[in-house]
Amino acid sequence: MTMTIVPDAIDYAGLRASLADDTCGGLVTFEGWVRNHHEGRDVLRLEYEIYAPLAITEGEKIIAEARQKFPIEQALCVHRGGMLEIGDIAVWVGVASHHRDEAFKACRYIIDEIKVRLPIWKKEHYVAGDSQWVNCQRCAEHGEGHAHG
Amino acid sequence: MTDEPSKNIQVEFFAAYRDATGTGSLQMKTTADSADALFSELQRRFPALEAYTARKLAINDELKPWSSPIADGDRVLFFPPVAGG
Repeated sequence: MTMTIVPDAIDYAGLRASLADDTCGGLVTFEGWVRNHHEGRDVLRLEYEIYAPLAITEGEKIIAEARQKFPIEQALCVHRGGMLEIGDIAVWVGVASHHRDEAFKACRYIIDEIKVRLPIWKKEHYVAGDSQWVNCQRCAEHGEGHAHG
Repeated sequence: MTDEPSKNIQVEFFAAYRDATGTGSLQMKTTADSADALFSELQRRFPALEAYTARKLAINDELKPWSSPIADGDRVLFFPPVAGG
C-alpha cells in the first residue's frame, strides 16, 4: 500500500528505509509540518479529520498517476490524523528514482494533489482560545497553485 | 402518489458541515434526483450548510460530480473544502 493514514507520529526514518532501492540515485521527501502561525493568528495545535476509506483510495490514485507521468521507482505518502502539536509532521511524501529531476517533479505532483483531492480537513486551535476549520474557499478564490504550506 | 418521497438515502457530513448541521449522519426520504438537488434540499433544512465552490461529494465511497443521480439506498457523503497537508 502506497498511501497510508496513521493516528500517531509518522516514522519517517522507517519510511525512508522502506524506499531503499539499489537502482535509484536519489530520494526526494516532503514533510508537512504544523507551524505556529497562520494568516496573522498564533496557532497552538492542529486537529486533522480524515475520511480514511476515500483518502486511501484517492491517495493511491494520485501516486499511480505520478508513476505514469514520471519515470520513478518508489513512491509513498503517509498522512496523520487527530490532534497534532507544533512541529509535528502531518504529511510525509517520499519518491525515489534513477535521477533526481523526476523525483522532485513527482514529489511535488503528489503533495499538490494530496492537498486538494483527499477528504482531509484541519481545524486550527489558536493561542487565543478559539478554533476554526481551515477551508480552501480562499484558495479557490486566489486561484489554484497558491501554496499555503 | 407521484409526489411521495421515493428514495431512502443515508447522508453523512464531515468537518465544518457536521458542525453546521449538528449531526454526522442522517437517514432521509427524498425525491431529489441528483446530488445537487439533494444538497439544496438539505440547505433548506440546515440554513448554515454553505455551498462552498470547492465542496465535494461522494456516493457510496466514490467521488462524484454534483450532477450525479442518486438512487434508493445510496450513501451520500458531503465534504466541505478539503485542507490536507
